[in-house]
Amino acid sequence: MKLKSLALTAALVASTLGALLAPSLAQAQAKEQFFPLLVYRTGPYAPNGTPWANGKQDYIKYINATGGINGVKITFEECETGYATDKGVECYERLKGRPGVTLFDPQATGITFALTDKVPTDKIPLITLGYGLSASQDGSVFKWNFPLMGSYWTAADILIQHIGKKEGGMDKLKGKKIALVYHDSPFGKEPIPLLQERAKQNGFELSLIPVTAPGVEQKSAWLQVRQSRPDYVLLWGWGVMNSTALKEAVATGYPREKMYGVWWAGAEPDVKDVGANAKGYNALALNTSGAEPKVIQEILKQVHDKGQGTGPKDEVGSVLYTRGVIIQMLGIEAVKRAQERFGKGKVMTGEQVRWGMENLALDQKKLDALGFSGVLRPLSTSCQDHMGSTWARVHTWDGAKWGGMSDWYQADEQIIKPMVKVAAEKYAGEKKLTRRDAADCSM
Amino acid sequence: MFYRENGQFKSSYRADQQIFPIAQDRIAILVLLLVAFIVVPLGVSDYWMRAILTPFLILSLAALGLNILVGYCGQISLGTGAFMAVGAYAAYNFQVRIDGMPLIASLLLGGLCATVIGVLFGIPSLRIKGLYLAVATLAAQFFTDWAFLRIQWFTNNSSSGSVSVAGLNVFGVPIESPVQKYLFCLIFVVVFALLAKNLVRSAIGREWMAMRDMDVAAAVIGIRPVYAKLTAFAVSSFIVGVAGALWGFVHLGAWEPAAFSIDRSFQLLFMVIIGGLGSIMGSFFGAAFIVLLPLFLNQLPGWLGFSISTALASHLETMIFGALIVFFLIVEPHGLARLWSTGKEKLRLWPFPH
Repeated sequence: MKLKSLALTAALVASTLGALLAPSLAQAQAKEQFFPLLVYRTGPYAPNGTPWANGKQDYIKYINATGGINGVKITFEECETGYATDKGVECYERLKGRPGVTLFDPQATGITFALTDKVPTDKIPLITLGYGLSASQDGSVFKWNFPLMGSYWTAADILIQHIGKKEGGMDKLKGKKIALVYHDSPFGKEPIPLLQERAKQNGFELSLIPVTAPGVEQKSAWLQVRQSRPDYVLLWGWGVMNSTALKEAVATGYPREKMYGVWWAGAEPDVKDVGANAKGYNALALNTSGAEPKVIQEILKQVHDKGQGTGPKDEVGSVLYTRGVIIQMLGIEAVKRAQERFGKGKVMTGEQVRWGMENLALDQKKLDALGFSGVLRPLSTSCQDHMGSTWARVHTWDGAKWGGMSDWYQADEQIIKPMVKVAAEKYAGEKKLTRRDAADCSM
Repeated sequence: MFYRENGQFKSSYRADQQIFPIAQDRIAILVLLLVAFIVVPLGVSDYWMRAILTPFLILSLAALGLNILVGYCGQISLGTGAFMAVGAYAAYNFQVRIDGMPLIASLLLGGLCATVIGVLFGIPSLRIKGLYLAVATLAAQFFTDWAFLRIQWFTNNSSSGSVSVAGLNVFGVPIESPVQKYLFCLIFVVVFALLAKNLVRSAIGREWMAMRDMDVAAAVIGIRPVYAKLTAFAVSSFIVGVAGALWGFVHLGAWEPAAFSIDRSFQLLFMVIIGGLGSIMGSFFGAAFIVLLPLFLNQLPGWLGFSISTALASHLETMIFGALIVFFLIVEPHGLARLWSTGKEKLRLWPFPH
């Protein structure tokens, strides 16, 4: 027994070492643009992480099926982070050295914080669509971060605007009670400064109700809601926390019509389990859902009908799936933009892609051509503005599907701009960075 | 054959009591250190350095600290993540609030703060034992999770609750590149391993072990339980605190309380159990097993040319990993360190087993 186990151990250790020391890099062709995909298909956030990851992958397959980026084929590799920061860092280190590496979309605010310090030295852009550091909108301090289409500050601002409109004017918010039920992590805490600022300006009372991650236990939080009876509840949840919150709201008897989720709390997995009971629940929408858009039809035709689909066919076009498609599209458009400047049909480096990201100009015509008409608003980025667009809408769950889109709202620059400036200054001060000058912008 | 003691005679107590009494061991450890300090920085890729070796070293250090408490003193603790967090956040506060604070000083001060908290949460161990104590240390875990999430002061009023450090340097030498970070952690680990080894060989180490093996008998022969238990908590928390500070500063760079959650405590406890309770070497074996094996399992299908879905690979990794833990503990309940020493015993007699 002893000897046998010894032999086994020795064999295991030897094989481990041998395999680990073996060069694990498959030599990629120089003609390929590599997209590392940090995903989580396991863990408490898997129900939401999976359609997101599927959307990204399907869009890559679709672009490859239609000839790549001006003839450049795209390769990709997934790495499972489980939403954990240390695993995310390991995945980043594993994939960043691949030939033709393009950009990273970490899919988690915590991982984004850790990578923000690393990308400037590695010269790889970080795309954090609708999440991450709100202050990184300021491109002159955060050269490599791209919180495209919105941050938690713009999200919170738009929700307050929407509630104000519902009440019949921003002045009607005076004396109202608004509670923020949030995921107790950087992700959930990000909107707090903006909401406090808004509370000061509009005179509503903000109460903060944290929910310990991952958020399967919310009894005490909803007890607080029951006691304080806020006029509105803002839900800053992700993954299993959202459906739990809705179930608790049903149990507490808090009207779902008075609940507003962030755009990460406004997808199918969040409400599916609650079904008809969640009727009337509202959430922000960065994008539409459904299979009508041309691009979704194309993906179904070019990818799924050929048996190449990543996930189940009936999930194609769901809210988060579509968001994954948008993220991948913006990444690929950045490569295209970079190719216009640095050479069509060439593989772009991280630095060149960063330039492309910073000079995105997607007008309605371009979006229509890409098959994204109506899915998102036009956006254009610049050296100072790494967000490109702060527009979002609010949609409502009717018990079976998301619909009832509101009008578009734009985040209030008067409030956001100074806050971003202050936060970016503070960050630059801590990290001893200087703002980029005009010469660096024209690079 | 090659591993014999014949002809190695000791003629002084000093020689008889050295850490590695056998010449071959001394040579092996020297070679290992040379490889770690010289060959590895020259010949290993950045990915290995950053994503594998540095975390392995830091977690070995944490396991070493925990092993002093659990393995040598027999006080089961589920609050390791908490003491790591105290070390990390305290070091962060020293670094941010005091201008010109040297990095090493903040790390060690972080360790000292962890010591204080560790002793505080070690006080119940004077009255309760075993599983009940484990639950008491669990309180430390949840308390620190709560404190670092909710008390703004600890995170320097960061609006998101995430903190980050930058511009690490020691005496003007930057700690930025993977090699620098690796060497920095390696120096810490080597120094602390030597300190820990000498502590457990000394009178105080014997007191801890006496406490572990039979506390009543230990008290009868004049060992003070209060002193023995609290010093074990203090030394252990100090090492764990420094490891936590390194984890935050050197490995992650930016972190939130989730980096030191209950999962981290369990992970370290498993390291100590699998590596071998009451063994310095075991801490390293355990850390290697827990850090390297999942990565290896995760990448194995790719190397073998299988393409399986990410989720399946991840689930398989967890299952195989769990099965291996069970297997190892059935085969050798005393951990990998015992397997190692059994192997050495066999080598001594080879080729004449009896």
